[in-house]
Amino acid sequence: MTVFDVQKIRQDFPILKEKIRGKDLVYLDNAATCQKPQAVIDSIVHLYSHDYANVHRGVHTLSVRSTDKFEGARTKVKEFINAGSEKEIIFVKGATEAINLVAQTYGKANIKLGDEIIITAMEHHSNIVPWQMLCEQTGAILKIAPISQQGELIFDEFKKLVNDKTKLISVVHMSNALGTINPVKEIIAIAHEKGVPVLLDGAQAIPHITVDVQELDCDFYVFSAHKLYAPTGVGVLYGKQALLEAMPPYQGGGDMIRKVTFEETEYNVLPYKFEAGTPNIADVVGLGAAIDYLNTIGMAKIAAYEAELLAYATEKAQSIQGLRIIGEADHKGAILSFVLDKIHPHDIGTMLDSLGIAIRAGHHCAMPVMDFYKVPATARASFAMYNTKEEIDVLMNGIESLIEVFG
Amino acid sequence: MFDDLRDLYQEVIFDHNRNPRNFRIIENSDKKVEGFNPLCGDRLTLYLQMEGDVIADASFQGSGCAISTASVSLMTEIVKGKTEQEAEELFKKFHEMTTGKDENFNLEAIGKLAVLAGVREYPARVKCATLAWHTLDAAIKNEQQAISTE
Ligand SMILES: Cc1ncc(COP(=O)(O)O)c(C=O)c1O
Repeated sequence: MTVFDVQKIRQDFPILKEKIRGKDLVYLDNAATCQKPQAVIDSIVHLYSHDYANVHRGVHTLSVRSTDKFEGARTKVKEFINAGSEKEIIFVKGATEAINLVAQTYGKANIKLGDEIIITAMEHHSNIVPWQMLCEQTGAILKIAPISQQGELIFDEFKKLVNDKTKLISVVHMSNALGTINPVKEIIAIAHEKGVPVLLDGAQAIPHITVDVQELDCDFYVFSAHKLYAPTGVGVLYGKQALLEAMPPYQGGGDMIRKVTFEETEYNVLPYKFEAGTPNIADVVGLGAAIDYLNTIGMAKIAAYEAELLAYATEKAQSIQGLRIIGEADHKGAILSFVLDKIHPHDIGTMLDSLGIAIRAGHHCAMPVMDFYKVPATARASFAMYNTKEEIDVLMNGIESLIEVFG
Repeated sequence: MFDDLRDLYQEVIFDHNRNPRNFRIIENSDKKVEGFNPLCGDRLTLYLQMEGDVIADASFQGSGCAISTASVSLMTEIVKGKTEQEAEELFKKFHEMTTGKDENFNLEAIGKLAVLAGVREYPARVKCATLAWHTLDAAIKNEQQAISTE
């Protein structure tokens, strides 16, 4: 595609034709999960209709076909994030499982009593709780790098937290509650000066930003397929090969072993060492199809278009009296979190839904962020490549009308 | 523009949301219980002053959506002067009404509270309406711990 043709893209997403309460659907809850193009839906139907069997086991034709497609998807992921090797791509259930995996394998093996783990004050619960659990198990201490009112990491404060006791830094690449894109290269540079590995939670960044794990030099990168136009139930853990080699396995079972006797078990090579049991074959294949689809458009073009959408939405939002944007970082992805004077986000959500507009109202699994801004919840419109300026107009008109109704 | 929502957001609800009744603290109250709806972040503290088993005074503090604010505001008005048992019976009726299981539910029998019947059509909002009553229930049963709708 040479020019970015949003109308053509919209044609590829069957659900966008859906009517909600009699109105055209305006889907602005993409940060929670985004919709699937026909190509992804078809890839799953095709697999189950023609190529499906278990992977890595049979010598029969279908098992070979299924394995090829499954491993083909791994190669697509590897290329999509520019990993060095397929061995560095571990399929898991989602970003959440990927973080738990790192906490319970790398973390348990390397983090001890009195050691420190650094996260930021803008993390999703899934990048808080696994570390709290690890700290409880090991006696390590969780340090929180603070954020400013604007919603940016206070870099100097972060730097001060990094010391000889720091054993791991885990940071969100792009915040789901605020939209903030963190200065991850600078964070990684500081961490590596002290020899500390960095995990990036890319759950939100992955559909919006070109991610190159080698250029970033991050040690771990995690994301969920369902936020990348792909099916639910699949996530990716990228890890540098040397780190993954040295880590103990996560779960035991089939596929992750090379040889089992009752006396001892020899673990399989990467990436299978971390993939115990029959994987989510069809949805991994769906992820491969989503990446193919995105490649026909190009991440750079998507990012440029979404930046335009966000700028348009932000400007409109700023002109609405009584609306306060939560998260005004200089470097932001396509998320607009806001509150309205005297109108609870849940009421905003229900009212907009009656107009066919889907937004998220709540704490966005980031309760500490809500506490920081002293709000119980926010309303959040999050944009994807298939959204349009006309849809943003519908949203803003809806907000203005509901402010009137509430009076 | 919001015609579809007229059953849910009746004028009475807007009124109670703008001017919540009994929105104050009862110093040295006999009962004080916190209610929390983690999904939406609604939080309220309910205060009860008892005379024997009669609720002599009821008040609340906290913040929530229009539905939950109107619900707790209405509730504090209605339970005043009622015995604990009468209040519990109202809770039962209110619960039946909001969960919408009984199609023949008699709205007249529940009086003013009928303005909240609209949540039946909005499953995601039922908890907003019932939080107040779950909190009252906990207070009557002397459960001091914060209650949560999840
Ligand atoms: C920043 C961030 N991290 C992690 C997650 C967890 O993703 P999942 O629930 O798919 O595991 C999310 C999902 O909302 C997220 O936004």
